[in-house]
Amino acid sequence: MKEVPLLQVVNISKQFGGVRAVDGVSFELCQGEILGIVGPNGSGKTTLVNLLTGFIKPASGKVFYKGRDITALAAHEIAGLGIARTFQMVRPFYHLPAFKNLIVPLYSPRVKRLSGGKFGDRDAVAIDLLEEVGFERDSFVPYKPASALPHGYLKRLELARCLALRPALLILDELFSGLSMAEVASTLPVLEKLQIEGITLIMVEHRLRELFRLANRVIVLNFGAKLAEGTPQEIINNEEVKEAYLGSEAV
Amino acid sequence: MVSRRRERLERGIKVRTDDVYALCSTKEMLYLVAPRLIPILVLLLLPLILPTYWQKVVIFTGVFALLSISWDFLYSFTGLVSLGQALFFGVGAYLAGSLNHYFDISPGLTIPISTIAGATLCTLFLLPALRLRGIYFAMITLVLPLIFLRIIEATAILGGTDGLTALAPLPGIWIELYLILGIMLVALFALRRLVNSDFGLVLRGIHDNDQAVKGAGINIYWYKAQALFIAALLGSFAGAYLTHVYMFVGLSAFALDFTVVPIAATVVGGMGTLGGSVLGAFILVPLSEVLRAFGPLRIVFYALLIVVFIILKPEGLFNYLQRKYREFERWVEV
Amino acid sequence: MLENVLIYGLINGMVLALLAIGFALTFGISGIANFAHGALYILTGYTVWVFLHTLGTPYLLAIFLAMAITALIGAAIYNVILLRIRGMRSSEIIATFALALAILEAFRFFGFVGAKYTLPTFVEGSVSVAGVIVDYQRLILIGVGAGLVGLLWFFTHYTKTGLAFRAIAQVERTALTLGIDSDRMATLSLAFGAALAALAAIVLLPLGQITVETGLNVLLNALAICILGGLGSVTGIVAASLLLGYAQIITVTYIAPHWLMVVTLVAIFVVLLVKPSGLFGKQKELEERV
Repeated sequence: MKEVPLLQVVNISKQFGGVRAVDGVSFELCQGEILGIVGPNGSGKTTLVNLLTGFIKPASGKVFYKGRDITALAAHEIAGLGIARTFQMVRPFYHLPAFKNLIVPLYSPRVKRLSGGKFGDRDAVAIDLLEEVGFERDSFVPYKPASALPHGYLKRLELARCLALRPALLILDELFSGLSMAEVASTLPVLEKLQIEGITLIMVEHRLRELFRLANRVIVLNFGAKLAEGTPQEIINNEEVKEAYLGSEAV
Repeated sequence: MVSRRRERLERGIKVRTDDVYALCSTKEMLYLVAPRLIPILVLLLLPLILPTYWQKVVIFTGVFALLSISWDFLYSFTGLVSLGQALFFGVGAYLAGSLNHYFDISPGLTIPISTIAGATLCTLFLLPALRLRGIYFAMITLVLPLIFLRIIEATAILGGTDGLTALAPLPGIWIELYLILGIMLVALFALRRLVNSDFGLVLRGIHDNDQAVKGAGINIYWYKAQALFIAALLGSFAGAYLTHVYMFVGLSAFALDFTVVPIAATVVGGMGTLGGSVLGAFILVPLSEVLRAFGPLRIVFYALLIVVFIILKPEGLFNYLQRKYREFERWVEV
Repeated sequence: MLENVLIYGLINGMVLALLAIGFALTFGISGIANFAHGALYILTGYTVWVFLHTLGTPYLLAIFLAMAITALIGAAIYNVILLRIRGMRSSEIIATFALALAILEAFRFFGFVGAKYTLPTFVEGSVSVAGVIVDYQRLILIGVGAGLVGLLWFFTHYTKTGLAFRAIAQVERTALTLGIDSDRMATLSLAFGAALAALAAIVLLPLGQITVETGLNVLLNALAICILGGLGSVTGIVAASLLLGYAQIITVTYIAPHWLMVVTLVAIFVVLLVKPSGLFGKQKELEERV
């Protein structure tokens, strides 16, 4: 008997005005996988993330999580099931110190349920989480207001905010964009560790080199539709994909 | 040539952490306690020496201070602009009035009942509007008290345009005075504590970036509803209380004053501090008593004050004073 | 009775469209909800009255002067107040709402209350349409309303300023890079909005008395229309005006005049709750509101 996939997306579509932002995309995702989603600008990657996490409701199609239909659930309910996401545009709670930013997810019903009805010392948990994503523990960094942190830290704060939810499925929307090579290099082991811990990852990325190193499987979107799917090696060799990325003349 | 510049430094205490102080001397303790203790003491002792007329003004000020705290809490911590504090006030006032008038319940019961029932009702009325943002929520809150006003006017229920008269008074001026002052202080300090708790952090998170809060698995509407309930509690109490002080409730309970004055008080006093709202109310309401002779000009004065403060001093008096209190300045040579 | 409802519903719809169109224009272009709209309407009324009765200006000149003054005040509102708090929606609401109260209550204080505050109609007399008596002023207002809607549609679709307006309304930042001065456009949008409020006042106020209380009602009516129709669409405004116009007249005719405002307010309430983008609104508005 075939195992129920962790996430199953069936023929999902969404239009904005006349534009088909996401057009009949289907895919499956197994426990423990790292799935990469790539595509040129405007190919509907972020919209797809919004559809999966309930921030936008699809015009048609369904999303199943562990066999359960979650298409109609509200964004916070989906997050409560353990599907956490980062946002492409980092917008932390600017007035709060970095570690206090994590208090909000740590205060969610999901965390309360998972830790047996008690929250415990949220501040300490928050500091631990920040250390995990690469904030120096014994420095002032975790205590600085989020508005004073550089972009690289904010991206990792975004990641920590998701980890605070103890997700089963983590959707990273362009986590690497705007990070320096060194920052990317230091974040990669964090993600690898997450995979070892059994967290399934969907990574929407523009940095293909790093993505192809991590991902088990890659989906290419173009004009909202699925163009290709396969292992990183297959995608690299796919002529259609090259065309979509580089334009037909360059081939 | 030696030029000088003015240097502003923050006082060392209470800078590094929020809640751990090294209190070495009575001077430092006083530094921390005085700004809280002195206003409280003045507030509690002042009514003892004031003439009756000004005691009434203190009562009125307390009512507006409560409404202002309620407005500031909604605006600064959940980002909901209420143009209808009169709704909270009016619903509380009419509930207390009708409970006393039709069922002959004593003020000792009507006030708590209408505070809670009024807050529940207001929350239910506004519940569907919570998903609306910015000006749309503001419009709903502006419209709702007017709907009630017109309905009461059109159907002549609850006394119609005459209102309900000859309601039971509270026992004595001293109870009236200290009830409102007590509740106001309790509300002020309880809310100041609440907004710094983790619950308050979630509310502020919704204000900053509601998408991220949703993404954190938190139902923002549930939290907004709770915030609304808390704000409505204060407003409904103010309404129920003033009904028994006046021994009357009428259409004026939904008047625009109850919306404008709290906004003015908060803008002048300083948004986001809660204490600023009280400060603002205690400046504006007595001032308007002095200006009573000018009639409608008072509202003009309030309104212009709002505009001037919003564009010229958006931080408000409370934040300004707080900053001055915590900093010291000196001239240094460069 | 039925003819009455039909004709006066149309007139009332046009009245509402006139009241709302300035507010909608300003909001559509600069995203500023000018809560002082109703106050500007009343301000125009009193200005014309002062010109006519205190200074003895000819009616036509008084009308133009009052419109110019109101437009200037609109521009001043942006440059003195709103410029400094641009982008902070809540502050914009509070400031313009406060300003509205200041204007209205100032008129009350200076004694602008009473039956003598009326403006003369443009043309005296009335005509019978299908057995219903309609005075000329109401016919004029239908013409002005229809003309205005047409003109506005032409303006925003075919003139340079109008197109710049629409560009600003869609993506402010991109418009900036194209060399469109956003502050100038916002100033113009408030001036236009104010001038339209003035025009509405000039056409409508001869039908009744100028009172301070009208200010808030005008604002509420404008809000109601914009909410019903969905902000930023001319078609939506016209349709919503006719809808609400008939609803109000039916209420007044068959139920009781007392319930007129209740109908309007409940309409705002219900539409905001059920379909926040308005009956004819589009996607963009929906995302802003929810």
